[in-house]
Amino acid sequence: MFSNRKTSVIMSSPYLAWALIFIIVPIGMIFYYGLTDTTGAFTFKNIAAIAQPEHAKALWLAVELAVISTLICFLLAYPLGMILARNKMSSEGILTTLIILPMWMNFLLRTLSWVTLLENRGVLNSILGALHLPQLHIINTPAAIVVGMVYDFLPFMILPIYNSLAKIDDEVINAAQDLGANKFQTLWRVILPLSAPGIISGVTMVFIPSLTTFAISSMLGGSKILLIGNVIEQEFTLTYDWHLGSGLSLILMIFIVINMVVSMLSDQKED
Amino acid sequence: MKKELIQLQHISKSFGGNQVLDDLNLSIHENSFVTLLGPSGCGKTTILRIIGGFEHPDEGKVIFDGQDITGMAPNKRQLNTVFQKYALFTHMDVAENIAFGLKIKNKPSSYIKDKIKYALKLVNLEGFEHRMPNSLSGGQQQRVAIARAIVNEPKVLLLDEPLGALDLKLRQDMQYELIRLKNELGITFVYVTHDQEEALTMSDHIVVMNQGYIQQEGSPEKIYNEPENAFVADFIGDSNIIHATMVRDKLVNILGTNFECVDTGFGENNPVDVVIRPEDIELVPRGKGTLPAVVTGVIFKGVHYEMDVEAGGYEWLVHSTRLNEVGSEVDISVDPFNIQVMNKPESEDEEALSVEDA
Ligand SMILES: Nc1ncnc2c1ncn2[C@@H]1O[C@H](COP(=O)(O)OP(=O)(O)O)[C@@H](O)[C@H]1O
Ligand SMILES: [Mg+2]
Repeated sequence: MFSNRKTSVIMSSPYLAWALIFIIVPIGMIFYYGLTDTTGAFTFKNIAAIAQPEHAKALWLAVELAVISTLICFLLAYPLGMILARNKMSSEGILTTLIILPMWMNFLLRTLSWVTLLENRGVLNSILGALHLPQLHIINTPAAIVVGMVYDFLPFMILPIYNSLAKIDDEVINAAQDLGANKFQTLWRVILPLSAPGIISGVTMVFIPSLTTFAISSMLGGSKILLIGNVIEQEFTLTYDWHLGSGLSLILMIFIVINMVVSMLSDQKED
Repeated sequence: MKKELIQLQHISKSFGGNQVLDDLNLSIHENSFVTLLGPSGCGKTTILRIIGGFEHPDEGKVIFDGQDITGMAPNKRQLNTVFQKYALFTHMDVAENIAFGLKIKNKPSSYIKDKIKYALKLVNLEGFEHRMPNSLSGGQQQRVAIARAIVNEPKVLLLDEPLGALDLKLRQDMQYELIRLKNELGITFVYVTHDQEEALTMSDHIVVMNQGYIQQEGSPEKIYNEPENAFVADFIGDSNIIHATMVRDKLVNILGTNFECVDTGFGENNPVDVVIRPEDIELVPRGKGTLPAVVTGVIFKGVHYEMDVEAGGYEWLVHSTRLNEVGSEVDISVDPFNIQVMNKPESEDEEALSVEDA
């Protein structure tokens, strides 16, 4: 026993060190900077700064866009997940090519390609022009940011939903129909609740990165649209106010913790 | 004769290139306990799924209560299924599982409450309302699946090997429970199993199948005592199935020795199969019987001895409460009415009739 424990400590020490250096220490530093001022004195003002109109507006817009893109991802991913789960044989191949392959491409490059597509003189408008259709001016609008978020994060919604749908036994669906349920009732009363764990992890995995992104919004939203992620980034890289940046980060962390607690609770209910 | 509630007419079904059912005809009478019996893969589940509406026949019709329901969706059919792996809704507790069909039909909640109580009592699960399916044993899950089906008051209950996953003791208890349930509900049961004992115990009517073809139908007694072919004889219980020649009516030559029998109409000097149940063979002192034999093996089985006996170049299986030691020289004696003569399989279904080692 003793030697076992000793070995396991030795074996896990690189990971513990890794966790300490790259997770615990940075989070500790964010708490330290977020709760102190430039003199090192304890303060809540960096956190309270979220109440300032420009910060509150950035947070609200970020929440709004994250909710919208999460919803769109869900509405796209769920039917696709159902189709894939119903044809398990052929799904694996399609799933890899369609969903995993684009994920191998660099995230910034993928987002940048949307700039080229959506620009006022971009690919989309050239096609629309050639077809004598009205031009779309969505680059540098919240709509373009949503497009980017949906494109970048959709796979994170599809995979967990597909997994939870694929786990549902066909016989359970047959049983619902056997007991008189039509297609809609079967979906609403059986399939949706049984896939809830997949939905919750999909929502978490899309909502959190959408809420905190600054790369997508700065590429597709131009300089005028600031999300909370952009504000924090600027505090660190332009204004060099690490205290304010950390304080606002702590606010975002509250959202992340709430989300994690919800998905953990739903996991427990599963068992 | 009772009313025919379900009729399968000229049903054919194949999956890919695999022909599972070929021009199958079957009638199920109202209030009967009908069992589809056959080895795994013979098409029993496919028949049940066609009746339930989960599979559509390539050809043929399904008639229910005089109405053609071949194309009707499962949720519109007046029958319910107890699935092989129970298929309970794991996100609902026992009461919600049972209430599912009734809620779909918008029954009033007081009615639903009464029904849940009644059904749980019927399957001996009182007080289990708020347990989750995953916290129940296999036998209990099975009862919930049955309760969930019967609250809908179906005319027919389809059961696909419902006891297959249970251990022997529980299986035997459940067999009696199901018979009781069937009698209390007064509905038709269509039951699928590959277990011949289960079929003999529970059914009014057994349909023996092999490779998609019906081999024989009838009461358990008839199936057991008068198997129509070697497959049925072999599948239903232990048997001695021996190639023989019908000398003339009421006389059959088995392994070179003439035996009296009661069967007629097999012609003269025609090849036949005979089946003799192990418990119908008597071992008598040498010179007192028909065929000389030597005991080659004995196993004590509790109720009886199981003996291997060599006679006429064939290894006979004999069950008897009287022990004959290994090496005993005896004679085989069989009462004429215990020799069941069967036609040799004919070409068309020959493959389906061929006896396989179970
Ligand atoms: N959905 C299906 N797809 C392909 N083959 C199937 C399907 N369902 C059944 N089969 C085949 O049909 C045959 C009969 O199956 P089944 O009706 O389940 O037999 P049983 O219930 O008697 O064991 C088997 O060979 C099985 O492999
Ligand atoms: Mg089966």
